[in-house]
Amino acid sequence: MATKNSLRAVLIAAAVSALPATAIAAGGKALDYKHNHWHFSGPFGAYDKEAMQRGFQVYRTVCASCHGVDELSFRNLGDKGGPFHLDACPADMPATTDCSKPSENPVVKAIAAEYEITDGPDDSGDMFKRPGLPSDKIPGPYANEQQARAANGGAYPPNLALIMKARHHGPDYVYSLLTGYETAPASVTLGAGQHYNPYFAGDMSQLLKPEYRDEEGHPLHGVEIPPGGVLAMAPPLSDGVVDYADDSVPETADQYAKDVVEFLTWASEPKMEQRKSLGVITMGYLLILTLILFFSYRAIWSKTDH
Amino acid sequence: MSHPSIYKPGTAIERWLDRRLPIVRFGADFMDFPTPKNLNYWWTFGAILAVCLVIQIITGIVLAMHYTPHVDMAFASVEHIMRDVNYGWLIRYVHANGASMFFLAVYIHMFRGLYYGSYKEPREMVWILGVVIFLLMIVTSFMGYVLPWGQMSFWAATVITNLFSAFPIIGEPIKTLLLGGPAVDNATLNRFFSLHYLLPFAIFGIVAIHIWAFHTSGNNNPTGVEIKDVKKDTLAFHPYYTVKDGFAIAVFMLLFAAFVFFNPNGLGHPDNYIPANPLVTPPHIVPEWYFLPFYAILRAITFDIGPISSKLGGVIAMFGSIIVLFLLPWLDTSKVRSMRYRPVAQLWFVIFIIVCLALGYLGGQPAEGDYVLYAQIATAYYFAFFLIILPLLGIFEKTKPLPKSIADSVLKADRPGMTPIAQAAE
Repeated sequence: MATKNSLRAVLIAAAVSALPATAIAAGGKALDYKHNHWHFSGPFGAYDKEAMQRGFQVYRTVCASCHGVDELSFRNLGDKGGPFHLDACPADMPATTDCSKPSENPVVKAIAAEYEITDGPDDSGDMFKRPGLPSDKIPGPYANEQQARAANGGAYPPNLALIMKARHHGPDYVYSLLTGYETAPASVTLGAGQHYNPYFAGDMSQLLKPEYRDEEGHPLHGVEIPPGGVLAMAPPLSDGVVDYADDSVPETADQYAKDVVEFLTWASEPKMEQRKSLGVITMGYLLILTLILFFSYRAIWSKTDH
Repeated sequence: MSHPSIYKPGTAIERWLDRRLPIVRFGADFMDFPTPKNLNYWWTFGAILAVCLVIQIITGIVLAMHYTPHVDMAFASVEHIMRDVNYGWLIRYVHANGASMFFLAVYIHMFRGLYYGSYKEPREMVWILGVVIFLLMIVTSFMGYVLPWGQMSFWAATVITNLFSAFPIIGEPIKTLLLGGPAVDNATLNRFFSLHYLLPFAIFGIVAIHIWAFHTSGNNNPTGVEIKDVKKDTLAFHPYYTVKDGFAIAVFMLLFAAFVFFNPNGLGHPDNYIPANPLVTPPHIVPEWYFLPFYAILRAITFDIGPISSKLGGVIAMFGSIIVLFLLPWLDTSKVRSMRYRPVAQLWFVIFIIVCLALGYLGGQPAEGDYVLYAQIATAYYFAFFLIILPLLGIFEKTKPLPKSIADSVLKADRPGMTPIAQAAE
């Protein structure tokens, strides 16, 4: 019994010492993200195809002027599970066309053809321009990082094809950031080209007005440091900027943000649906195997004295 | 093998082969190996680890067919695997999560060895080879983590190779040799890829010797009492332990699959989906979860000790935390193997586990404020457990009476030697 009691004491001491240590973060912290219920979350979650299509429209109309989707080719849009995948061709297509192939998908071909691609060199050694093909990578807005920075006041708009996996809680973060812009609190001064967002990781104590700081520049005691930070991207979405074909879908910044999150999550993890459905089969297989092995174990060991 | 062979070649081919290359006999002896009949589920992790190693090697070989070890192409080639290679996403997620599963299993395997005294005479070589395997696993997984060439890859390589520069005189040359130049660059990525492909085969070889060693000494068992009567105390490895290990492997695979299919990035860091950028340092550089306890020990030494700078002190402490494991067979002075019969040692062991978990937590926190103090206390306990507590316990601890034999311990329904912790552990 002595052992039992002292063990309990040890466990309690351990539990107490594991309590969260006092917060030590120096700057302001970003707000907790808005938690949206996503169609694709959970073990059985799948992408909403129409939302992805609208999201692609939002990306093209708004985001694509500064952000690339480096890892995506046009053909990916027509992959199984992609936003413009077709199981069968529209009625007016010849029977020999297989529209389930991204290279023959008329929607994907039409989207690609709207872009101009530099190809070459041709037989005389010159580069030339041609309409895009499904096999081309979706071209980004800038030729290189330097050009991107020059056009954005030194900031580098990140690649969006992996953004959901490159941020903690990617979908909630991007949604919160896109819909979370606020006028900066009165206690701070923003520089030119800076935009305040309480969900953006940053340190607002650096931007406090002089009257809120001591001689060394530290925030005065009791001054509340606003959450979040500043970024170079102006609020990109506002009601009505993208014209949806489907009139039943609201044309609001909130809806645009949800749709573009759907599209970009697919862009980050295009095999998610395949992964989850294979996962369900695998887990079922393993469960049965586990049961068979367990009962084999019981049967084989029943003949021994143990 | 240490037990007499009972294999009788049945067919003419087997008789022919047995005189020239007794490979069938080898397999048969392996399957007949007399194994203590009282091994509990903690003993299944050896087989689980063998499966982990094979999974890593097979998936790794396939990944290497599609991966490009070049600073300009490595990141894109990983995304190519994820998007364009048939089932490439599956192979990569199995390999990435497989590393975590491998470490989870090896930590359980090591704690099991620690609790039941599996490192004691005559199994010192089994334990030492195990520590060598663990060390090779650390090196291999560290180099593997660098290959995708994301932000964490790059900065982990920078931080860890920089540690070597703490050593006087030899430090800088070692660092240059590791990096293949003055900084982490293409040469680093190339040699890490080469070694990441090589070392798993070295691990495989040492695993074979590790198994050979305990087939010579015989398995330890939860009582720590040696086999007295092969008939009464043991069962053949096959079918008794192949089926029990098989069941445990299937349960482990359920956990593995849950991560691979439903949370494949849960154990990774988002920054590694950002391509490596030598000009941008991530705000918090953290290693994979399985290195966090060692990272906490590294950062716990924040003070100079005489001529030893805090940086060198941290590096010595981190390497020392593994070197001390090599000495464990001689540091533990107790005559009793299994902690089942060591009530006081059990308590210190439980604290040791809590301290290791706490070090893991602290390794993931910024090294500032109270966290540093906690990490220092935990580091002190880590070393004290091996260097002070275990040596002294062997002298002062009053142990419980051991069962007469394995068979005896198994057949007694009310197992008088069982303490609450031992019960909870089984």
